[in-house]
Amino acid sequence: MARIGVFICHCGTNIAGTVNIAEVLEAAKQMPNVAFVDDNKYSCSEPGQASIRDAIVANRLDRVVIGSCSPRMHENTFRRTVASAGLNPYLLEIANLREHCSWVHGDGKETTDKAIELVRKAVNKATHYEALFPKQIGLTKRALVIGGGIAGIQAALDIANSGYEVVLVEREPSIGGRMAQLDKTFPTLDCSACILAPKMVDVGQHPNITLLTYSEVQKVTGYVGNFEVEILQKAKKVDHKTCTGCGTCWQKCPEKVPSEFEVEMGERTAIYIPFAQAVPPKPVIDVDNCRYTKYLRFVEEGKEGKKPPQCRICERLCPTGAIDWEQQDQVITERVGAIVVAIGYQTFDPSAYGEYGGGRYPDVVTGLELERLMCASGPTEGEVVRPSDGAHPKTVVFASCVGSRDDRMGRSYCSKVCCMYMAKHAIMLKEHDPEVQCYIFYIDIRAGGKDFEEFARRAQEEAGAIYLRGRISKIYEDGKKLIVCGEDSLMGRPVEIAADLVVLATGMVPSDGAAELARTLNISYDSNNFLIEAHVKLRPVETQTDGIFLAGACIGPRDIPESVAQGSAAAAKLATLFSQDTLITDPLTAVVDAAWCVGCFLCQEVCPFNAIDSLVTDTRTVAVVNEGLCKGCGLCVADCRGGAIKLRGFSDQQLLAEVSALWR
Amino acid sequence: MTPRVYAYYPGCTLHSTAKEYDVSARLVCQSLGIELRELKDWTCCGASSAHSTSDLLSIALPARELQAAEEMGLPLAVACAMCFSRLKFAIHELNDQATLGLVSDIIGGELRNTIEVVHLLKVLEEEKEDLPLKRPLTGLKVACYYGCLLVRPRDILDFDDEENPQIMDHLIEALGAQSIDWGFKTECCGASLPLTRKDIVLTLSHRILHQAKQLGADCLAVACPMCHSNLDTTQREIEAKYKDGVGLPILYFTQLVGLAMGFSPKQLLLNKHLTDPLPMLKEKELA
Repeated sequence: MARIGVFICHCGTNIAGTVNIAEVLEAAKQMPNVAFVDDNKYSCSEPGQASIRDAIVANRLDRVVIGSCSPRMHENTFRRTVASAGLNPYLLEIANLREHCSWVHGDGKETTDKAIELVRKAVNKATHYEALFPKQIGLTKRALVIGGGIAGIQAALDIANSGYEVVLVEREPSIGGRMAQLDKTFPTLDCSACILAPKMVDVGQHPNITLLTYSEVQKVTGYVGNFEVEILQKAKKVDHKTCTGCGTCWQKCPEKVPSEFEVEMGERTAIYIPFAQAVPPKPVIDVDNCRYTKYLRFVEEGKEGKKPPQCRICERLCPTGAIDWEQQDQVITERVGAIVVAIGYQTFDPSAYGEYGGGRYPDVVTGLELERLMCASGPTEGEVVRPSDGAHPKTVVFASCVGSRDDRMGRSYCSKVCCMYMAKHAIMLKEHDPEVQCYIFYIDIRAGGKDFEEFARRAQEEAGAIYLRGRISKIYEDGKKLIVCGEDSLMGRPVEIAADLVVLATGMVPSDGAAELARTLNISYDSNNFLIEAHVKLRPVETQTDGIFLAGACIGPRDIPESVAQGSAAAAKLATLFSQDTLITDPLTAVVDAAWCVGCFLCQEVCPFNAIDSLVTDTRTVAVVNEGLCKGCGLCVADCRGGAIKLRGFSDQQLLAEVSALWR
Repeated sequence: MTPRVYAYYPGCTLHSTAKEYDVSARLVCQSLGIELRELKDWTCCGASSAHSTSDLLSIALPARELQAAEEMGLPLAVACAMCFSRLKFAIHELNDQATLGLVSDIIGGELRNTIEVVHLLKVLEEEKEDLPLKRPLTGLKVACYYGCLLVRPRDILDFDDEENPQIMDHLIEALGAQSIDWGFKTECCGASLPLTRKDIVLTLSHRILHQAKQLGADCLAVACPMCHSNLDTTQREIEAKYKDGVGLPILYFTQLVGLAMGFSPKQLLLNKHLTDPLPMLKEKELA
């Protein structure tokens, strides 16, 4: 015979405003197995919790029903209250009298009646509750960081400095990400590479960090504390253990191809480091373009015709014999306890904008291309020239919101950084050449950030940039000039500017492969392929999958300080997890009764969390739930044909007791 | 393969000011074995006037043409860009069942809105590999000018890229001519304003002609009688106003196809343009 205590919360007037609490208490007294009833102005307050605790002890209650707000709000609070009275915390049931009743109905008898029914339902269910006990699982205190941009670098360094080992995976030949490509940063005009490079070097030298460049995460299995990660290491064809990074090979390699790092504004060789400050400072061979690997493929495929040359100059010149033609792609497996995803962004491809030439005009460049043109280590050594003829541009027009705030392009969001980088470019161009006049077509000037507004004003007042509110409707070539047609919507008239250079402020889009990686990790992504945080306000660097954290522009447009803050935040969250020696699992999971399981594994197919493993017994193979992964969603329970799976806390008996309370 | 029989809606201009468009289109199609069966008892499509006075009228007028084609059971070929635009808009609006019912009542008789409307440019572009060329237009630099009505709005007209369309360029290149890459393919020519705001037409048409001339075009190819009228008939005024020698022959694309297929300038009514193309064509030994 259960002894149930029923506690009804007024929630100020949130519940008591429309529900007659006295009537609910009176009705509750009459319900079977109810031994005690009471009410509280605020049950979640300290005195409220204390009165519940005292009542449990004084009345020897063995089940508790609390009629209050949604269990999403305070279930954990009240579980602790119940536990502090010496009761198993899973002997608590919450009747949601606020979101499901008082907030959605008006004042009246029906509202109170519904509240009574909800309490009755909870009482009936609680009668069948049994004590549940969480389990402890071990955890591997080793982290994986995916993405070596500034967010990933910061996360890796903070984790490593907390004393944990980190595997940092980067798909390019060097870490550094987008920040390495920038010339200066707003609003302080710090040299981007100068402030980034020391952090990159720290990563390269940190004893706790294993850096895997030219590598991609292929497969992830396991659960929080116990992930197993398969990483594809692309063949570098250079043995980095013997290579000293002397540079002879890339200085002498005869094969030149457009450089990805220079946004194809400059060239690199087939054996290359992407940029001078690269970490690791050792080259890889781009096998698609290397003359010798092309020769090898030619021979292997048995093609007819003239063979490509067997160059091998790098091999002949390498003083340490580090060139290794035999090196192949390999898959390595790492065990980690938690993962930080910091895969960053790329810039929007503006060729979709036919009115800006769709990529046909060489002197219409993107913001990132201008960064490379302005950078002292860029293809022009910092001389800002037109790509078409090498002339110095005097009139430069900027188009804002290219691929941002534009439903036509399926990109309705603001990319956040473009307003500021256009202001930066205007200031920088004026510094490069005082004769430059910048015109900036804008929709709004979004300068929300520390010292941002002042910086945007500086572009106008000191650098003399003329801001025109409106979109550019068309750009066409007229001789050597680019005629930019647009509207000045403040003056209400069309404008035409004969420009030497047009800069498209392209927005931020998720990196290629973001959605695929999200599926590999079993985390959510939105319609734009940005990754989704567990709560946009309160859990900004966590995901719905325990042990997987996010940082930086893979979540949405971010600037550098935000990305750094998020890298540190993700590292702190991860360190908090690692500060425990074991992890406590929620006992509200599915459980398979092996005696009833026929081993059909339909449950495995429907499980969204890959939580069903197979267990081979002496005689047969049955399903078993991995309690580290199970979220208690119940899909497998509904799908199990033999009724062999039960969800703890939601057994058939408990649910039917609820139903019969309502169908009295 | 392209259907060989079409219902054909010439529209008012092809029976009057753009007769050369009609004549050259029929001539080319006939010799390619494409039959154009003119709609019986056709009326105005609403042109630039109907939709500025009554939405319903602007749908009901082209709906009559759609109904006539439905009775013939043939896809409807159109040459005039304005007619094409109005017919496509009508089809789009008639996808709404309430509108379809209302318009059926207005025009009388059954209307199912099942007809496919195609522009002749598309019909001939699909034939471009198989054109029997007798006189390839080698050495002729053509600026293909599409105007706005063929391409905008893209969702409804579903014809080609609205910023840099290519269909006419591909056809012209198939004739052996060179189509120039330029940014004015779909710029406004002044549309229906020559009677009310001639100044705007002169400004806009001047920009187009000036740009084509600068890029070395020998002529413009057009697919819209209104564009043709604005660009061809205003050249003397433009030259006087802007002191800019922009004179360029404005030819219908069907005339260029016909020329390449060996028809004579006379058959193609090349003498009907105010800016005479014959001296230029003779100089290039194309006429």
